Amino acid sequence: MVEVRNTERELHRLRVRLAVAMLVVLACFGILGARFWWLQIHRYADFHAQAEDNRIALVPAPPTRGLIFDRNGVLLAENVSAYTLELRPMRNARLEETIDALSQIVEITPRDRRRFRRLLQDSRRSQSVPLKVKLTDDEVARLAVQRFRFPGVEIRARLFRTYPLGETAAHVLGYIGRISMDDLARLDDQNRLGQYAGSTHIGKVGVEQSYEEVLHGRVGADEVEVSAGGRVVRTLSRTPPVPGSNLILSIDIRLQKLAEELFGERRGALVAIEPSTGDVLALVSRPSYDPNLFVDGIDPQTWQSLNEHPDHPLLNRPLRGAYPPGSTYKPFMALAALSTGARKPSDTISDPGYFLLGTHRFRDSRPGGHGTVDLRKSIVVSSDTYYYKLAYEMGVDRIHDFMKPWGFGQLTGIDLENEATGILPSTQWKLRRYKQKWYPGETPSVGIGQGYNAFTILQLAHATATLANDGVVMKPHVVQAIEDPITQERKRTVPKESYRIPLKPEHLKLVKEAMADVNRVGTGRLAFADAPYVAAGKTGTAQVIGIRQNERYDARKVAERHRDHSLYMAFAPLEAPRIAVAVIVENGGFGAQAAAPIVRKVFDYYLLGKLPEDMDLDLPEMLDEAELRDIPEDIEPETVVTPEAVRP
Amino acid sequence: MTLNDRVSLWRRVRPYLFVFDPVLTIALAMLVALSFVTMQSAALDYDGRLADHARNVGIAFVVLWIAANLPLQWIQRLALPTWLLGVALLVAVALFGDVAKGARRWLDLGFTRIQPSELMKIAMPMMLAWWFQKREGAHGWGDFVVAGVLLAVPLALIVRQPDLGTAILVFAAGFYVIYLAGLGWRVMAGGLVGAVASLPVVWSLLHEYQRQRVLMMIDPSSDPLGRGFHVIQSTIAVGSGGVWGKGWMQGTQAHLEFIPERTTDFVFAVFSEEFGLVGNLVLLSIYLLIIGRGLVIAANGANVFARLLAGAITLIVFTYAFVNIGMVSGILPVVGVPLPMMSYGGTAMVTLGIGLGFLMSIARQRRLVQA
Repeated sequence: MVEVRNTERELHRLRVRLAVAMLVVLACFGILGARFWWLQIHRYADFHAQAEDNRIALVPAPPTRGLIFDRNGVLLAENVSAYTLELRPMRNARLEETIDALSQIVEITPRDRRRFRRLLQDSRRSQSVPLKVKLTDDEVARLAVQRFRFPGVEIRARLFRTYPLGETAAHVLGYIGRISMDDLARLDDQNRLGQYAGSTHIGKVGVEQSYEEVLHGRVGADEVEVSAGGRVVRTLSRTPPVPGSNLILSIDIRLQKLAEELFGERRGALVAIEPSTGDVLALVSRPSYDPNLFVDGIDPQTWQSLNEHPDHPLLNRPLRGAYPPGSTYKPFMALAALSTGARKPSDTISDPGYFLLGTHRFRDSRPGGHGTVDLRKSIVVSSDTYYYKLAYEMGVDRIHDFMKPWGFGQLTGIDLENEATGILPSTQWKLRRYKQKWYPGETPSVGIGQGYNAFTILQLAHATATLANDGVVMKPHVVQAIEDPITQERKRTVPKESYRIPLKPEHLKLVKEAMADVNRVGTGRLAFADAPYVAAGKTGTAQVIGIRQNERYDARKVAERHRDHSLYMAFAPLEAPRIAVAVIVENGGFGAQAAAPIVRKVFDYYLLGKLPEDMDLDLPEMLDEAELRDIPEDIEPETVVTPEAVRP
Repeated sequence: MTLNDRVSLWRRVRPYLFVFDPVLTIALAMLVALSFVTMQSAALDYDGRLADHARNVGIAFVVLWIAANLPLQWIQRLALPTWLLGVALLVAVALFGDVAKGARRWLDLGFTRIQPSELMKIAMPMMLAWWFQKREGAHGWGDFVVAGVLLAVPLALIVRQPDLGTAILVFAAGFYVIYLAGLGWRVMAGGLVGAVASLPVVWSLLHEYQRQRVLMMIDPSSDPLGRGFHVIQSTIAVGSGGVWGKGWMQGTQAHLEFIPERTTDFVFAVFSEEFGLVGNLVLLSIYLLIIGRGLVIAANGANVFARLLAGAITLIVFTYAFVNIGMVSGILPVVGVPLPMMSYGGTAMVTLGIGLGFLMSIARQRRLVQA
């Protein structure tokens, strides 16, 4: 009985315990129910919105960059689609290990590594950085099968900017490069940062830089449904990007290439301008560089070798290099004399070979002098004495006032950035610059294009073109027109003249005829022998080192880099000029020696279509209209977004 | 074959087929139906997972059927050997086990790898129920102390692995038996106070990842892209389901991969997002039906072993369901506990099949001695 009762009591206790357990169960389920009420009813709107936010992301669709053509339709900058191997640094703590492992699959050169490290420092956080660009199909295939092993490693199809002609016109085209921190800050200031969502590159130099806004286009956006991993599941709506406009350069790339080749190994600059329009036909800076090196990041060693090269291949000489113009200044001085009334055409001087000011002798380049010299002869024989005297009598400020509208020592306003101003001396300038008054003894040198004078070759070419154009000033420009990529409508960049310099026709005629004589009987006669057209020109020589009194300049005695610069300016044909040129060959010696023959060949090609026989030139073929318009298809926008992708 | 033969064959098979408890069977059938509907949606991007789930359910039902056919006495006799085997395997794991994800949980037997702690989930309540059955009528202090030791030994081995989630579940299974056997309220209250008091000590003993899980539970937003991501996203899934849900196969959170482990531990997030509050209440009702029925079976068990085992199994089912749903809806820490019959995973399902099979076996054998 006791056992049964025990069992009975025990059973009762168990049932109480089970009942208590059931109450606990009900309480717990009640808590869950309350939680459901809280989440699914009370805060439903919140969570509904969060789920929608999760679902939808705006993926920027970067526009396709505009193409660049020369004036005849030769393609100079294009977009080629290719694959890149990229690493997203945030997810990859051990980058070196990953790169080592990747190098087992595809070849990764030390140059790739150096470039990668450099780009890494300059990249936005969470932005993937290219390790190897332009993968071959074979490499893409090998990487694709192994990709699962490397989180944060991506293979992307991208459009690459390429400059098919390499070094040719590099200083005009410039290049694009990856967007740096500085670029970002600047874009932010300009309120244009949004336009670069999804973009990786931006124009750095040349027209790629100065026409960045036009070339870039407008960013589009895809509203997409994304997974937590950032994978795009489907596109909900799409605002297509507007592709960037194409640029039609005023450059004639065949002329450009010919001119570049004509320099050979020599350093120097050449600018050719169409006088009636201001179109820059050629803008040469030698030596040059291959802009393709910069597009996807240049490795530090190549950069250093370019940047520290004694010939400065990265320097845009015609734009940045300010040289004394030497005797090429004389035709402008002659016009100044005539226009201001300082000289009449018939006025003559006696040239003993020097101009004496006090006790100082300003020497003529021809020791014996040129005898009796009038204005016309002063240009043809390049009499220094004539211009020493003229300058001294005019005074520096009158010279300055006449020369200023020609653009000497002024920014020409060309559509390339970082143009140098140069120096057009005046008493005010000297006061400002040196806090000193102008000494009359400094004036004679100004007359022969020496002294404080320092102009860029672009300024000289621009002034020559203005002279050829009878004083009608056209702003020089390397981009002739901007072309809408869809309608192909073109808009000229410089549609009309800037202003006119008042000049008397008879004065112009006199100076131009004298310049033509330079090439007939004067210093340019050898270079222009048997030319079937009349070219007006003027040689010049710019001193690199000062020659002391009573000392003679002997090219053989001075180091190559201290030799005089050889200059030449010219336009042709005389009656209706189609081309105006200014050129400098650094350390080339006397102007007629090095510079003038280059201009002869440039004119022969541009006016007659004649190529030098002794040169093996590989000029780019002109494309026919059909090929021209064969613009690569827009590739799909990138299909990977980061979790931090822009939310609407 | 004669008519007579057929009748006799049917008669022979009949007792083995009608071992199923009708209430439990209906509830399970509903649960399985829901699990297939949910899995269809959750496993959309997992090739073959739905078929595997069907296979697991099939295996679980075979196991359940076998377990339900076992006479109570056999189950009772199996208790001690199963427990000893479990402890032996845990010792073997501690000595020779494979390390995976920083924990030593698996034992390589050459042909297959097993996780002995899983076995302990069912062996532990069997063992303790067996012990109290053996000491029937004399539940003194000593009996509870021995029971405590029987619980503590395997528990210590599991904690050492370390596998906190399983340890808690094994502890719960053992504790339910001891509780139902009549451990004094005061002792339990004292234990609770002691446990709370020792929290700082436990905290210092916890592994870093375990601490983070607890911290993350308190404030999931502290680490939204890391450990908190699971909970934040599953909470959004549940909340955005609203009253009626987004509809079957329409859950954006689930289908856009915002729910990690969406076929396993977080399958409830998928279910809740697509079927809403209504679906949740239906699911809770089914679990409540199973738990209620289980407790009734326990109350009417044939002997102490049957009653304690049935009660413990039922409460374990409850614990799994509560901890899992609580975790997914963001009120409990993330521990690896599957949702009974809903989550994908063979081991848990087989364990559950055994447990429910035992429950049905117990239900068939009512008490012989009626008061």
